Amino acid sequence: MISQLGSILLITALAVAIYGIAASVLGARLQRWEFVASAYRAVLWLFALVTVAALLLVMALVTYDFSIAYVARNTLRGTPLYYRVTALWGSLEGSLLLWQWLLSLFSAAVVFSQGRKIRDLMPYAVAILLTVSAFFLFIMVVPANPFRAQFPVPPDGRGLNPLLLTTSMIFHPVFLYLGFVGFTIPFAFAIGALVTGRLGEEWIVATRRWTLMAWYFLTVGILIGGWWAYTTLGWGGYWAWDPVENASFMPWLMGTAFLHSIMIQEYRQMLKTWNLTLVIMTFMMTLFGTFLTRSGIISSVHAFSNSSLGAYFLLFIGLLLLFSLAALVYRMDDLRGQPELDSMLSRETTFLANNVILVVITLTVFLGTMFPVIAEAVRGVRVSVGAPFFNKVTVPLAYLLLLLMGIGPLIAWRRASWDNLKRNFTYPTLAAAGTALIAALWTRNPYALITFAVCAFVTATIVFEFYKGVYARRKLAPGTSVLRALWTLFTRNRRRYGGFVVHFGVVLTILGIAVSSNFAVEKEVRVTRGETVQVGDYDLRYEGMRAYDEVYREVVWTDFTVMRGGRAIATLSPGKSFHPNEQQPIAQVGIRSTPWEDLYMILGAVEQDGSAATLKILVNPMVMWIWIGGAIITLGALVTVIPGRPTRRSAIAASEATGPAPARTLEYSGSR
Amino acid sequence: MSVKKFFILVSATPVLALLAYGLSRDLGSFPSPLIGREAPSFALSLFDGGTFSLDEHRGKVVVINVWASWCIPACYNEAPALEAAWQRYRERDVVFVGVNYQDREAAAREFLARFRHTFPNGPDLGSRVSIAYGVRGVPETFFIDRDGRLAHRHVGEISFDVLMQQIERLLNGAGGLS
Repeated sequence: MISQLGSILLITALAVAIYGIAASVLGARLQRWEFVASAYRAVLWLFALVTVAALLLVMALVTYDFSIAYVARNTLRGTPLYYRVTALWGSLEGSLLLWQWLLSLFSAAVVFSQGRKIRDLMPYAVAILLTVSAFFLFIMVVPANPFRAQFPVPPDGRGLNPLLLTTSMIFHPVFLYLGFVGFTIPFAFAIGALVTGRLGEEWIVATRRWTLMAWYFLTVGILIGGWWAYTTLGWGGYWAWDPVENASFMPWLMGTAFLHSIMIQEYRQMLKTWNLTLVIMTFMMTLFGTFLTRSGIISSVHAFSNSSLGAYFLLFIGLLLLFSLAALVYRMDDLRGQPELDSMLSRETTFLANNVILVVITLTVFLGTMFPVIAEAVRGVRVSVGAPFFNKVTVPLAYLLLLLMGIGPLIAWRRASWDNLKRNFTYPTLAAAGTALIAALWTRNPYALITFAVCAFVTATIVFEFYKGVYARRKLAPGTSVLRALWTLFTRNRRRYGGFVVHFGVVLTILGIAVSSNFAVEKEVRVTRGETVQVGDYDLRYEGMRAYDEVYREVVWTDFTVMRGGRAIATLSPGKSFHPNEQQPIAQVGIRSTPWEDLYMILGAVEQDGSAATLKILVNPMVMWIWIGGAIITLGALVTVIPGRPTRRSAIAASEATGPAPARTLEYSGSR
Repeated sequence: MSVKKFFILVSATPVLALLAYGLSRDLGSFPSPLIGREAPSFALSLFDGGTFSLDEHRGKVVVINVWASWCIPACYNEAPALEAAWQRYRERDVVFVGVNYQDREAAAREFLARFRHTFPNGPDLGSRVSIAYGVRGVPETFFIDRDGRLAHRHVGEISFDVLMQQIERLLNGAGGLS
């Protein structure tokens, strides 16, 4: 019953999407605006249909309707309610439905907010959004139907993989999908711009907030994924360059490049072709990521993954990519005649360098990820490259990127004068040198020293910039308090100062990554009850074992008293849980987190009577700063996304009128 | 069309071709390094009491089926074929054994009752058998020849025809590699 109803809803939604594509394209071609209006209504209908379908699947999950194959695979009796609801994105078919729901939600939001603006471009953007929708609906109707019925109806389900039964796994996929789906919108508008030939910054301005939002969700999604790996997987790290991780990292890299290069187009009308290419590539990477994880092409973890799905995805990626490139080539001649770079020392150049590095990193990650397939094609053997390859290539590039992050926002547009450089970068350079010198007293690790120096440099540019901003504000209006002046800075120029906050968050995250990956201490120990072992500065006394039989798992805990300097400071209980339907027991990591370092304990094995246990113990310094950095990025991104005053365009016009404006005007105009 | 434009258009081709190549590989085929070698011996405590020991069946063709009650729908689909093949060959020096993988006993017994399986079945305690045979997922079916060597590995749902074909091949003494 639910099975048929769900399938009918999806088929209807597919029909509505196809109708919408036809109506919007025809409407725009024939200048029949009532057709376009009808297409917009189709978008809203699509949203309604997919919403009902998603609710239907959630209902089936909540009520343990095991006649639906998806429900049986992702729940079992006794699964708590919230995990039954979130099982909607527990595996492939449901994830596709969630993806499609978000896409139709965003499409509806676009129609709602932009419907009356840029009238000739919008119908094409809507047609693209609907095309992507139609593809996902087709996938759900044909090879991966979330409502597929099964007979015989099993008495109980299989249940979610217990590794997914954590809070971070509830949010991680949703954030990633919000990011992936979000990038569909700038892509759709870019194609609209290419088709209509409205190649100005219109499409960028219309989708800028979407781009920021997509980038933000993707960033947080990736960080939550790292957090999940760190706290749940129990191998001591947070990033392993696994193909699935890379699949989310590549669109992030491209999206970051795009986010920066659109600023160049907005302020200088340059890089038009580049921006269009970048947004096409970003979107393609989101599809490619899904293809990679769902086709089983790389790490075929599951022997029965739906390989026909891979073929559909590849076909769609191929067609869309060729169409996008053809549109780009078609408009190539119109995209000429942009301003050229004035000087090698300018904000444009640094942004361009940032872009080139990000694209190079993306290509590297792509090659590394695809290496097993390339190797098999060329040499006939399956070989994969591991973390050392990725680290060797990306770490130096990341330093360069970090450095540019400090320089880019401050260096003058067009041509930086010696004076501009001196004014902005003297103190940061001194700060970097000072930090490196002080740090050299403590470590001689070159990677660490470079990281500290570059992080100090970027932080100093940010602090200095805020200082100058506050100073200028108070000079303009004497008597304003520092806080008040800061507030004005943020409200007058959200994008710029929000961007600085994001940059500062990135600095902290990179600092956490660099320190934790270079200075971790790792030890494997076997302890008997009452015995104390030493790891780093910590003395750990094994107190004994506890075992519990919970509803859907059995858990064993080992208790340790953590002591430092002879004083007990904490109790940690690393454990293991055993799940009825899983082969491997799941580690329950014991973590004591402080800003300085994490004590991280993984239980390996324990004697039946608890008399002795084997553990892996790590001391990971400064991991917490990765997450703190993430929180600050969130804060900064929020500042940028919240709607500000609509005076930006007039500022561009003003700067246009004055010709090659000195950097100062742009920096302090405060109303961009 | 200028060279540049042409280049942009074809630039996507190598990547797409690589992906297509990647897809075209047979993703389900994971040849076992054990094929042709002596099959790992094991003993299984059975659901209805007693023990199944592989060593006792040297000289016969042995079909090992790894399954689970939560394996939907593949294990449910292939279950009747297994019982039918067992009925057909049980008098002809062919032994079937079901290895129940990572399951709960009650659910496993319910599965066996539902399909009225009459060949020996036992829980794979500690996943010992599955690990020894390198099982990647359920269901998988292994065929052992009269000399005790692993002759064939089938990943995923198995049909009556494939069962028959493999068993016939081994009965006819063609114990070669596959």
